[in-house]
Amino acid sequence: MIDLIIDMVLLVFLIAMAITILRISGMLAMAMLFGLYSLLMAGLFMVMDAPDVAFTEAAVGSGISTVLMLVTLSLTRSRYEKTTSKFQWRPLIIVASTGAALIYGIHDMALFGDPQAVVHQHVANHYIAHAQEETGVPNLVTAVLASYRGFDTLGEVVVIFTAGIGVMLLLGRPRRNTPKNDEDMT
Amino acid sequence: MKDNIILRIIAKLLIPLIILFALYVQFHGDYSPGGGFQAGVIFSAAFILYTLVFGVDTAERVIPERFLRVIASLGVLVYAGTGLDALIMGGEFLNYSKLVTDSVTGQHIGIILVELGVGMTVSSVMLLIFFTFANRGRPQGNDHD
Repeated sequence: MIDLIIDMVLLVFLIAMAITILRISGMLAMAMLFGLYSLLMAGLFMVMDAPDVAFTEAAVGSGISTVLMLVTLSLTRSRYEKTTSKFQWRPLIIVASTGAALIYGIHDMALFGDPQAVVHQHVANHYIAHAQEETGVPNLVTAVLASYRGFDTLGEVVVIFTAGIGVMLLLGRPRRNTPKNDEDMT
Repeated sequence: MKDNIILRIIAKLLIPLIILFALYVQFHGDYSPGGGFQAGVIFSAAFILYTLVFGVDTAERVIPERFLRVIASLGVLVYAGTGLDALIMGGEFLNYSKLVTDSVTGQHIGIILVELGVGMTVSSVMLLIFFTFANRGRPQGNDHD
């Protein structure tokens, strides 16, 4: 019961936040509202018993990415979103059809927390029954992520590493000038 | 923002707590929710707060970018190295059971090492991205180090 009330409050705030983000044009306020949106999502994940995801959402979504957006805003000149008064059909059609496809797709999704769902019948039972005796780690999520799915997690770490290298190559400036052409590299 | 005394005091109070929480999430991740990724982002959030309050120059004196690059690469190497070690010890790649003679202890050691690698890479890459963004806005030419 209390979960339902918290869910309702969080979801209503989420919708209100989304509509506000659509309607305002100030970029600074938009960045802050996106941060709040992520914080609400973190609360929702917490209600859904996924504290790992909630940690990440709170730290990355409402912390780091908001700060990155603010830094980007301070680097660019424009403070307001450009809006056109003309009504545009094509974006509306794309958004409406994507939304309709997503809502249609909901019917194939398993119910929330349904133990009979197909996804919970494959290897999940083995993990739940044997993970602790096989890995000695009580936290099932850690056991699955780091051991059973260790190769996937290695891939994720490499992706993050690559993203960092990419940002440094694109946006970083050379630390010290090369002896050949040290005139102006910007 | 350097003159704002309330911000500075609150940040000084909060940053050690955030870092402590990050370390808890990192090293207690096999018993409680969390792990390397969560710990990494919480840790970098603490330093981003530090940077916001005390400025990029001070923050880069605390953690130089060169050091962060080394840690970021080292994290991936620790992860892949753990897997390679298992390969050398006669198991499959990333099969931690072969790390030591006891299979369960091997798994536990492997998971801790791997999570450490994840935490190192995630925290330093997040900080590197942030510093790269923050450095774009500053006038070029005056290198401090």
